[in-house]
Amino acid sequence: MHVQLVGTLSGHADSIWCCAWSPDGCTLATCGTDKAIRLWNNPSQNKDEEAGGDRSTDGGWKCATILSDGHSRTVRRVAWSPCGRMLASCSFDGTVCVWSLKNGEFDCTVTLEGHENEVKAVAFSPSGRYLATCSRDKTVWIWEQDHDSGDDFECVSVQSCHTQDVKCVCWHPSEDLLASASYDNSINFYKDEGDDWTCDFTAVGHDSTVWAIDFDRDGGRLVSASDDRTLRVWKRYEVGNEVGVAPSWKVISTIQGFHPRPIYAVSWCPNTGLIASGCGDNNVRIFAPDPEQMACETDDAPNFLQATLIEAHQQDVNCVSWNPKQAGLLATVGDDETIKLWQVSDYDVPI
Amino acid sequence: MVLGFLEGGQLENATPQVFDTVKERPVTAAELDDNVEDPIDAREVFDLIRDINDPEHPLTLEQLKVVAEELITVDTQSKIVNVSFTPTIPHCSMATLIGLCIRVKLFRALPREYKIDLSISPGNHDQEKAINKQLQDKERVAAALENPNLLSVVDKCIAEPDY
Repeated sequence: MHVQLVGTLSGHADSIWCCAWSPDGCTLATCGTDKAIRLWNNPSQNKDEEAGGDRSTDGGWKCATILSDGHSRTVRRVAWSPCGRMLASCSFDGTVCVWSLKNGEFDCTVTLEGHENEVKAVAFSPSGRYLATCSRDKTVWIWEQDHDSGDDFECVSVQSCHTQDVKCVCWHPSEDLLASASYDNSINFYKDEGDDWTCDFTAVGHDSTVWAIDFDRDGGRLVSASDDRTLRVWKRYEVGNEVGVAPSWKVISTIQGFHPRPIYAVSWCPNTGLIASGCGDNNVRIFAPDPEQMACETDDAPNFLQATLIEAHQQDVNCVSWNPKQAGLLATVGDDETIKLWQVSDYDVPI
Repeated sequence: MVLGFLEGGQLENATPQVFDTVKERPVTAAELDDNVEDPIDAREVFDLIRDINDPEHPLTLEQLKVVAEELITVDTQSKIVNVSFTPTIPHCSMATLIGLCIRVKLFRALPREYKIDLSISPGNHDQEKAINKQLQDKERVAAALENPNLLSVVDKCIAEPDY
């Protein structure tokens, strides 16, 4: 595997907490302690390679927009709608802003209030119909876009299955199935029962805070990153599964012994199948399925190998994100106030 | 309350034992020489936190033996400072606030690439595990320090003494 640093972007004035690619892979949104959201794009990316390529440290990536008037405290996470025309941001100020693209500019058209304190994460469902938020108030809220009143969102469910601070929410890539991760060490799964959402399953196994979760491309597996220094891969067992396991999510692989400090971020690449993690030891690691296992029937006990270690940042890595369109392009951000873009190539992983 | 310790009321530990303080560190010739690099050591970290004021007594954390040089280690290679502290009583409701004061003081004084691992010295608090988890959760610490009321309490505790 080969990893090349293709850009170092600076502009944020303090720790960067999150980075998120737009669905078309052309824009990166970042946010952090300085209360601002920055949108980055690369006008030269789709043009023919200029002679010698771009030798600037930013690789041609420029900050096109700064959204700074939405929140009064740290912006913890940002998330794109599947259509790419809306961006949601959540903040320690207890609110969620929904920014809509109008006349080529993003404006905060809706502010969602209701959580008692810091909102830690936000995510749009794959259909674009729902928005999920979670907070230190231990709840997960599901909002539905209300088409009658334009851009507005209505809260359709408040879930209180967690007993502590909820750190992260993540939607299944194709179904209206939501997962949340918490300071209470567990991961909860929610689905729409018709009249209300229910907490369908609680996955326990981690020994400390679960900071981040991500589904694989098909949604049959989920990877989780924890303060307990492990990544765990969970497999979905649906009703009537062949092995006769009750409907559940079970750990099928524990990736341990690699991270010496808390793991704050994880991203499962839909294009390559590679898993990237962001750790409190400043490093980014990339894990790949064990090639020796590829030929065998090891669906229920896969082995993941560390393919590479990237000394990525000067301080904690807070978020990692694979580009959804350009295979192997990885964005990472951290407390060192920088955004790094890496191109991974020569990976030998069947999708 | 953000971390649950700003309630007023009676003193929990009305007559704490007061201990002697250490002497000022002697300044060596090598330290005065700008050409010699002085790596951060346990004594330097101790000097940064020994004069933090206790939230409920007009005494320093050193005088109450909450902090001690032997409970500090510094790894200059991996840039990790490890500090343990000992609450004066095992049910001390101020333990989280004291930990937060130590964290803020070191965060402001040490180079930013240093990581600060903070915990209650083992066996010295009823809720040791829960408090340690809270003090090591960087997101909750960051959010707590955006609370102006809490920050003003912390700032008061870590203010330099008037000589």
